[in-house]
This record gives sequence, C-alpha cells and structure tokens, in this order.
Amino acid sequence: MSRVEFMQGNVACAEGALAAGCRFFGGYPITPSTEIAETMARRLPKAGGVFISMEDELASIAAVIGAAWTGVRAMTATSGPGFSLMMENIGYAAMTETPCVIVNIQRGGPSTGQPTRAAQGDMLQCRFGSHGDYSIIAITPNSVQEMFDLTVKAFDLADRFRVPTFLMADEIVGHMRERVTIPDTVEITRSGPLAGGSLPFEAGDDGVPGFAPFGTGRSVHVTGLTHDERGYPDTTDPEAHDKLVRRLVAKVESARREIADYEITNPDAETVFVTYGPPSRTVEQVMRDRPDESIGHLRLRVVWPFPEFALQEFRNARVFLMPELNMGQMVREVQRHVDQPVISIAKIGGELHTPAELVRALEAHR
Amino acid sequence: MIAPDWFREDRLPHIYCTGCGNGTVINCTLAAVEEMGWKRNETAFVSGIGCSSRAPGYILTDSLHTTHGRALAFATGVKMAKPDLNVVVFTGDGDLAAIGGNHFIHACRRNVDMTVVCMNNQIYGMTGGQGSPTTPLGAFSTTTPYGASEPAFDLAELAVAAGANYVARWTSYHVKELTKAVVTGMQAPGLAFIEVRTQCPTNYGRHNKLRRVPDMIEYLRSHAMLVDKYNRLTAEGKPVPDGIFTVGELVRRSRPAMGVKR
Repeated sequence: MSRVEFMQGNVACAEGALAAGCRFFGGYPITPSTEIAETMARRLPKAGGVFISMEDELASIAAVIGAAWTGVRAMTATSGPGFSLMMENIGYAAMTETPCVIVNIQRGGPSTGQPTRAAQGDMLQCRFGSHGDYSIIAITPNSVQEMFDLTVKAFDLADRFRVPTFLMADEIVGHMRERVTIPDTVEITRSGPLAGGSLPFEAGDDGVPGFAPFGTGRSVHVTGLTHDERGYPDTTDPEAHDKLVRRLVAKVESARREIADYEITNPDAETVFVTYGPPSRTVEQVMRDRPDESIGHLRLRVVWPFPEFALQEFRNARVFLMPELNMGQMVREVQRHVDQPVISIAKIGGELHTPAELVRALEAHR
Repeated sequence: MIAPDWFREDRLPHIYCTGCGNGTVINCTLAAVEEMGWKRNETAFVSGIGCSSRAPGYILTDSLHTTHGRALAFATGVKMAKPDLNVVVFTGDGDLAAIGGNHFIHACRRNVDMTVVCMNNQIYGMTGGQGSPTTPLGAFSTTTPYGASEPAFDLAELAVAAGANYVARWTSYHVKELTKAVVTGMQAPGLAFIEVRTQCPTNYGRHNKLRRVPDMIEYLRSHAMLVDKYNRLTAEGKPVPDGIFTVGELVRRSRPAMGVKR
C-alpha cells in the first residue's frame, strides 16, 4: 500500500529519512534546507526519535556521529556555509567509519552567496572537502520522488559501507513541489554486526568491518587518529596508516558497480548529455521536444564513487555535453575517463538551464 | 589498584609524562565510577583532543576520542540517542575553553545528563606548552615568552553562569575531595562539571620555576582556597591573597535536564 501526495522536496527528504528508520536529527537552520529540520522537529518526537537544534554545524554533525555510534540511524541537513563547517567531522566520520547521512541542499556560493538560489557548487567539496585521503558516497536526486527514494537509499548505503553518505540536492529539488508516492513501509538493510571474535576494525573481503554500537558490550575505542584493527592509535607506523587509509578508500571505490545508479537513454547516440540533479530535467524536456536517436543522455543518481563504466556504454559517442549548475566541476572527472571532448555547459546564478539554451549548445557541438 | 577491570592494560605504556597529573584525575574518576556501581557495558567515555583527551583510550569501555573542542557535541549525540548509557567526558582547558568554548556553554545550558571532567593544566601540553585561555596573567609559555598578557577564563564560574546543574573545582592534590565531587556529579541529574587544576611540570612548570613535581603540587595546594572561606573573606571586606583560586562545590541545583535515564 502507499499514498500519493503533492509534496515539497525537502519534506519528502524528511519523510524518506523517517521511513528509513532515521531516529536522530541534529541540525542548525540554514536556507534552503530548513524545511527538513522543521519536518523532523515535528515528526521525530512522535516517532520515538530525537530532534536537537545544535549550536552550529560543527556540533550538528558531531552529535549525529555520536548518535550513530549508539546504533540509531542519524542525519543532518544543511547548505553551503554549514557544509563547509561540517568538513572537519566529515573526515572524522570517514576515518571512524561512522554510518551517517548528510543532506546538502546546495545554494549559490562561495561564502554566503545566494541563500535562496540553486547551485551544484559543492560537488567536489563533498568528495574532497576534508583533509587527507578518503572516499564517500554522493547521491543526486532530480525530483521530489527521488528526494524520498534516494534518502532511503542513502541510509542503506551509509550502513552497508560504514561511510558518510551525502544527498547532494539543491534549492530546486528542495523547494519544488511534485506528486510523490509514499509507500507504507520501505525495505531497509542495516550494517552487518561485528562478529564474535572479530576486532572492531577488522574488515572482511569487502573492506567493511562489522558494526558494534555503544552499549553492546564490545568496548570499542573509536578515534580519528590512525588506528589498528583493535581501534587503538598507531600514529607513526607508515604501514599502519597505509593499510587503514587504502582500505577506507578501496571499500567504496572497489564497490563502484554495486553502488552505481544511473539511467541511459539512446546508447547508440553520437552526442551525449551527461547530467545529475535538476539539469537532467531540462535535458529530458529537450529530448521529449525533439525525438532524435543521435542524442543520448546519461543521468547519474550516484556521482561519487564515479561510475566511469557508464560512459563506455555510449559506443558511438563523439562528444559529451555537461550542463551543470556550477562552472564545470564534474567535467574533469568525466574527461579523464573518455577520449572524446567533454563540453561544459556551465550555468551559475541560480536558475536552471532553459531547453533553448541546451538546444543551442547541442547545435553548436554536434 | 583502583578499578582494575576498567583499564585497557594492552594500551600500556601510556603517553603521559613523568609527574603528569592526568593519571591522578583518571584514578579519581574511575574510583567514582566504582563507587557508583556502574557497569562497563553501560558506560561510554568521550573526549576531544589533547593530553586529557587521551584518557578514554586507556579505559575498557566504549569510548569516542573525537575532534578538537567537539567532545561535548559528540557526547550530546550519544546521550540524547541512548539515555541509558552513563556518559563521562574528559577534556582539557584548550579543548574546552578555546576551540570548544561554544559547545561548552551550550552543553551547560542544555544540562544534558553527563559528567564532564576538565583537566585544567593551564597550558597546551600535547603541542609542547603554548599559552591557553586559562594560562594565568603573567605566566610564561612558548607563546607567551614575555608573560601572558591576556586575562584567563574561570571555567567553573563559566559553567555556573551557563547553567550546569552541578559545578565543583578541586586539584590533583585533593584526591579524596575530587573523587567525592565526581561521585556527587554523577549522581546529580543534568550536566556535572568538575574542573581539576592539575600539574604539567613538563610544559607549564618548566617555564614558571615549578619544574619539580612536588613544587607544582605544593603550588596547587597553597593557592587553593575553599569557596566558603573565599566568600567569607570577601563578604567581610578582608583581602584575598594574590593568585589564589577557589575550590569546593560552586553550585548544586535542579534546573531542567535533558537525556536523563528513562
């Protein structure tokens, strides 16, 4: 059973989190993400969960990580300025393999920028923003329905890989209202438990250790310092650091095919749009307006880890066109996997590309 | 040995310098835990960064050694999500009062039910002895080579002003009083803040003619004045000697608390 509603994207994100079993939200108000916090503040206490408005975003993500270590599904939501403040503890979450979900309703930057306007300007920050080497998962919804569905998916991926997972939405999907189907229940998959006899940070073949939350009797020591499989600091041995950090990166990167989620339209096309998030909606409009099998579309729902194999599915591609709401942040990632030219159709300022703008780009490059 | 089952013996040797006061504070805290009858699998220790914050790594419970200054924000998440856990935070003057100052006052305001033990050695010890927000005016450190020119924070008074339900201050000399204060703090619903003035002969004493450990302990003993005596002297308009600090219970009250066991 399910119900159909006309809902705002941010509200759908909160509903997705609740459906996924999220029972802790720590946050700080920031436009254009605030409706997520407001919805969680209203709904969580009645669902037996905890909503807490922290003193800043440093504390919000810290509280989320602390809560996650008690075994609850925990998340926060923010936008650019708050996201920047969270970078320190995002690195801590990666290093300590804490499953948690961070929603970024992106707005125009840098700095305070355009609080009420859309952007996709944090796509590299979510991947590389904290210091040191690590890997994360980033998901990019393009509709209110996906604000619900992909929030659920984010929690499962965070648990499956014990990694901070980002819902990289933006002001457009956050504030737009659409029809959405909310199922009565969703299927969820939690972290595998820490096997008896296993050390707290001893990973199996998939590179992901079992999880023993606080209070389950395993006396786990969690530290952001380089640590061994017992969780004990080992900060000077080059091999200990190499082994740990390579595993943190490999457990995500080597699972690219398992994590990947994308849509392909017209795989035989010569001119191929590559999109994620709302610009895909404009591409879909262009393709509806002019059915033409020489125009293809790769629409990514997971941007990080980057599914480079998806590009190879366009065997006849001569050129890739990338409309993004930034100055071409993902173009270099695409270009390093293909020999064909990758053309950036960059748009900043807060408005989505119009179909006419994409048609002009199409005509200029085919 | 105090609470022998609570130590991770496989972590020894520890990183603390000869003569460091932090071991005394850990012992007093674990003596308090024993007196409370807490169980290891129902207790979590949380800390930030610095010498003080290495303490949870030597204790055999679930423990969260976090980022600099953020221990109280992490601990708030732990305790609010699972109120059945006993939560103890170890922090230091740099961790709590400098980089974590905002989290400190908000944790006291929220009055989350946990025990916060601050090892105040008046210096950044881990990085080699730089001036902190509690370095006394005129004291020498590697970043105050001409004597500290900034006034210092009074951490216990800050916790009182910000709303913690229980606030006490003792020193690493006053082990019995300190243990009792930690027990009282653990029993009190809401946030209990216990500031412990402790010695860092290596990185504080060395620069301030207190290189020998007994000299530092004697300094703490002779400069501590019971808060009742201090209040009496000031009420009577009598002079208070320079450089003294108050010890004892500064507040015990029952403001509304969060995260109390259901």
